[in-house]
Amino acid sequence: MITVFAVFLLSLLVITSIAIVRAQNLFVAVMLMAIFSLLMAANFFILDAADVALTEAAIGAGVTTVIFLGALSLTAENEKKVELSRGLAICVVAATALVLIYATFDKPKLGDPEAPVHQHVAPWYLSETPNLVGIPNVVTAVLGSFRAYDTLGEVFVVFIACIGVLFLLSARNESDQQSRRSSPDSIGLRHHLIPKVVGRLLFPFILLFGLYVQFHGEYGPGGGFQAGAIIATGIILFALLEGEKRALAAVPHSVLMGMVAGGAMMYTLVGVTSMAMGGNFLDYSVFSSDPVFGQQLGIILIEAGVGITVCGALLTIFHAFAARENY
Amino acid sequence: MMEQIVNILSWLMLTSGGFFVLVGGIGALRLPNFYTRMHAASVTDTMATFLVLGGIMLQAGLSIATIKLVAILGFLLLTSPTASYALANAALLSGMKPDAKAESNSEEQAQ
Repeated sequence: MITVFAVFLLSLLVITSIAIVRAQNLFVAVMLMAIFSLLMAANFFILDAADVALTEAAIGAGVTTVIFLGALSLTAENEKKVELSRGLAICVVAATALVLIYATFDKPKLGDPEAPVHQHVAPWYLSETPNLVGIPNVVTAVLGSFRAYDTLGEVFVVFIACIGVLFLLSARNESDQQSRRSSPDSIGLRHHLIPKVVGRLLFPFILLFGLYVQFHGEYGPGGGFQAGAIIATGIILFALLEGEKRALAAVPHSVLMGMVAGGAMMYTLVGVTSMAMGGNFLDYSVFSSDPVFGQQLGIILIEAGVGITVCGALLTIFHAFAARENY
Repeated sequence: MMEQIVNILSWLMLTSGGFFVLVGGIGALRLPNFYTRMHAASVTDTMATFLVLGGIMLQAGLSIATIKLVAILGFLLLTSPTASYALANAALLSGMKPDAKAESNSEEQAQ
């Protein structure tokens, strides 16, 4: 039964991606991208990757759609016609596809317990997590403790991406400044009473759910990345309904910058503190006389750091696109 | 006996929910202009959400899953009509006329 559903979802994915490639109108392409992300999230869920599914749904279908729409408002609605011969491109794509399909013949079957990837360190993680970390969600234990270096790297990737977007978008074009300036009050859905009321009603629950995902990450699917994205979608919803200016008044730029840098800093400081207390970098066992409790404390701290950075970075990127219109 | 009644009831709800989704999909494809299509999709969707989630709730029985389903139902009943309203409102504000004349015009353009 689940296979039928998975095949159905995968064929929908293929259809959606072909539709995205063929769409001439960029607005249609953005909407299809949101559908693609939602299908992808459902697929991840079928593959039992609930953590990834949460991230994909919140970031892919939520935040990126809004950011794409923000970018779209700065550019033309239709794709530019490109005068290129497509023969060479089709040849390259077809050859790559054939090589990839040939490579899948050597792949182990889906979910095969004898597959090399399940025989490497995964059994050790599964058997040792209850003793060493003592939390039910092994994914969080792997990401937060066993492979904390990788997660630190990911947090810095988010941090650098945010800085890069800011660098690209905050370059002002002086000649453009007068012509495009509109009053910032006009942004926001002033005529849309019903969405505004419903949005206000839902906003606290979205934040609450984000906090739940953040602090329940040790026990169920979730964690810093997902929580940061969900809280960011809540605040972006607020910004869409009330206007960007009021969102910036609620969470000013200085706070956002502090969140982006502070979260990454917090993560690093947890590692440095563990070194200062006599352990290795990001070895949380030294935080407490009970190493298991120390591990849990460390994971909670670094997940908070991850959540703060992701939330701050997504909101900064959103505001960078939204503010660009007024330059 | 009781279990059977609950089962039959839940399958009835699930099937009719699926039927409403199907009708909505056909309506969204076949109806002539934007507003009628949106109407078909949104009205049937709200009904179908209620029926499908109700059917699953009957399957789940009295458990934590049912409470989650009630929360999902509340969320969907709030957001899905709001989204349809926002869509229709945006279309109206961007100058799409909902009257029959505009419909026949757009049909002529399409042909």
